[in-house]
Amino acid sequence: MVSIILNGDERQVRSGSIADLVASLGLDVKKVAVERNREIVPRSTLADVALAEGDALEIVHFVGGGC
Amino acid sequence: MTDQWSVAGRSFTSRLIVGTGKYKDFEQNAAAVAASGAQIVTVAVRRVNVSDRTAPMLTDYIDPKKITYLPNTAGCFNADDAIRTLRLAREAGGWDLVKLEVLGEAKTLYPNMRETLEATEVLAKEGFLPMVYCVDDPIAAKQLEDAGAVAIMPLGAPIGSGLGIQNRVTIRLIVEGASVPVLVDAGVGTASDAAVAMELGCDGVLMNTAIAEAKDPVRMARAMKLAVEAGRDAYLSGRMGQRRYADPSSPLAGLI
Repeated sequence: MVSIILNGDERQVRSGSIADLVASLGLDVKKVAVERNREIVPRSTLADVALAEGDALEIVHFVGGGC
Repeated sequence: MTDQWSVAGRSFTSRLIVGTGKYKDFEQNAAAVAASGAQIVTVAVRRVNVSDRTAPMLTDYIDPKKITYLPNTAGCFNADDAIRTLRLAREAGGWDLVKLEVLGEAKTLYPNMRETLEATEVLAKEGFLPMVYCVDDPIAAKQLEDAGAVAIMPLGAPIGSGLGIQNRVTIRLIVEGASVPVLVDAGVGTASDAAVAMELGCDGVLMNTAIAEAKDPVRMARAMKLAVEAGRDAYLSGRMGQRRYADPSSPLAGLI
């Protein structure tokens, strides 16, 4: 297990790639974007980037909103 | 005769852009978008709810393959947050046409123009095509254009206020000075406000609350579609001059 900050909250998650984490959260990788330690992680490389202790991840998607 | 407008090389026949916030549910939102005839919707970027994965998603109701998604930076109060949000948006959806707004304060939601200009420059350098929410100031509009804005989007009145176009003169000055499209963004309350924006020569209008907070949002969406079309036609047809006194429409000759 590694301890990460996911969308602002500390969480214990299984070690592995970011793609593994996204899948374990039940999210469709095609509909989200991931930022790790304030850097965008391109979708094509999500499976190659391993989670490290203390990583700050933001996983975002589109929601309704105007101005 | 089709009337279309283009932004950054992309052409659209509808001059109405609608938001996707404040609706009762996604069904109502989708019905309003359909009734509005809009080909572009603006959407926000937010954290995924990692504890409730069954929550429905906007993309399940409004198909990004049929309707152009225009990611926005609503809620961002500095250039860094706005840029970061749009980088994520580009990764999530692949879209480089974006709506930049950097707000100055919560009370008025007026833009912070210093941060807005800075963000516009950075985004343009990174290959984004920013359509930019701004004050109704013709000088600021030119500065944004020089910084790489692909469209100028002055407010007609504060976001969500429904007060209508408060300063027609400045909106018109922006239209006359701009070489990129000008769209009124924010302040429209009802159909006549949208028509006024179009009669001033704007290329389009963006609105959210005026439709979403109407008692019948789908009907208001249709009203806005018609108002934008009517205002555009009125602008193109060249309105009559204004006189201070009456001028009869029937001939004076042949009166009994």
